Amino acid sequence: MKWISNNLELIGQLSLDHLAIALPPILLSFILSIPIGWLANRFAWSRGVLLTLSSLLYAIPSLPLFIVIPVVIGTGLRDPINMTIALTLYGIALMVRSTADGLASVDGDVIQSATAMGYSTWTRFWRVELPLAGPVLLAGVRVVSVSTISLTTVGAVLGISSLGSLFTDGFQRSITAEIYTGIVVTIVLALIFDLVIVQLGRLLMPWTRAPRKTRDDSRGRLAEREVTA
Amino acid sequence: MNIFFEGLAWVFDPAHYGGVDGIDTRILEHLRISLISLLIAAVIAVPLGYFIGHTGRGRTLAVAVSGGVRALPTLGLTIILALTLGIGLEAPIIAFVVLAIPSILAGAYAGFEAVDRRTIDAARAVGMTEWQIAGKVEIPLGLPLLMGGLRSASLQVIATATLADYVGGGGLGHFIFLGLQTNDYPQMLAGSIIVVALALLSEAIFSVLERLVVPAGVKSRAPTTVRTKSSRSRAVVG
Repeated sequence: MKWISNNLELIGQLSLDHLAIALPPILLSFILSIPIGWLANRFAWSRGVLLTLSSLLYAIPSLPLFIVIPVVIGTGLRDPINMTIALTLYGIALMVRSTADGLASVDGDVIQSATAMGYSTWTRFWRVELPLAGPVLLAGVRVVSVSTISLTTVGAVLGISSLGSLFTDGFQRSITAEIYTGIVVTIVLALIFDLVIVQLGRLLMPWTRAPRKTRDDSRGRLAEREVTA
Repeated sequence: MNIFFEGLAWVFDPAHYGGVDGIDTRILEHLRISLISLLIAAVIAVPLGYFIGHTGRGRTLAVAVSGGVRALPTLGLTIILALTLGIGLEAPIIAFVVLAIPSILAGAYAGFEAVDRRTIDAARAVGMTEWQIAGKVEIPLGLPLLMGGLRSASLQVIATATLADYVGGGGLGHFIFLGLQTNDYPQMLAGSIIVVALALLSEAIFSVLERLVVPAGVKSRAPTTVRTKSSRSRAVVG
């Protein structure tokens, strides 16, 4: 506890560094995965190709990727931009699947109704398909957010400043309190992000606000479909 | 990009093989750490996941704990354990077990839950005991999803095992951290390339395994999809 009160400034600064690395990838991967996810959902061949590519991308371990990226784009090894790019790539790898799955989950009847009402392909995508795919996208963003915030700490072993620096510094100087602080602050940061994302989702998708259990709901819908058929 | 080829050259340089610090030794170390962690995690997570999947009890708790563990930074956990247990293999292995459990647990209970309720009811109706239902129906039908869980756990552990050497646990991270200290970029790249190759290899092996464990009965029936609703469309009925 004494260590924390003596180092509040350091913890604050490292939290800001952490945010500066972790926030852009979460936003960027969400935005970039919309067109890619659309393409994946559009054609049968593109789905297989894009989903295989993204799962291969996700298979590349993070620390090696942090080392390979500066070679490819010509930055220094300790440049935080490397982390931003690497984490954005991971985010896209996760989000493309969510976006494609979400768009695929939109009921074909609804799409047909929208077309029948006179929506063009473009407006139908933004005003019908994307909002209805929203809950699946939201689940994807939550996973991206948590894993990005957790992965950001790994950069510390290369000397990139983040909350992970509390781990490496605490290890070198054997200060247990410093490491615990790093773990707790990272988890708290991830939780705050998760809460904000869930609240944003409620704000943007008011129809999901009514409490319901998705599992029972999907079963109910399945049963309903069997009955009507 | 020249450095990249230097990294590749480093991997294929015969001088870097053999001995305590050889690439071959470090690969074996890396695989050993990963396999031990995976095995321990599987021994804990598979029975627990099967219990959750069969009884439906404790599912909410399992999901919550898995989500929480995902936020736990493995580097921090490894280091705190290393300070408590000392330098060596124990700390990273415990941290990797914690890392691997959520994926395997999810694969195990999702495999049980994915089994059609009517299949389980049928098994119960022909007089199978609960143990027989678990052993002869749910486990075989759930194997592909369990393999999927093992696949992502294996990927995560092989990727993260590079951190083991940070606390003296050896493995391929050794080349990365040694290269970092001596400013030897080709060596860091060489370590990175080999880890990436191992990760992709693990993906390839598990994707084959996932297909192999599909029970013969399910496989032969796969092309003709089972009809669960009439061929008439909903619009005609409604």
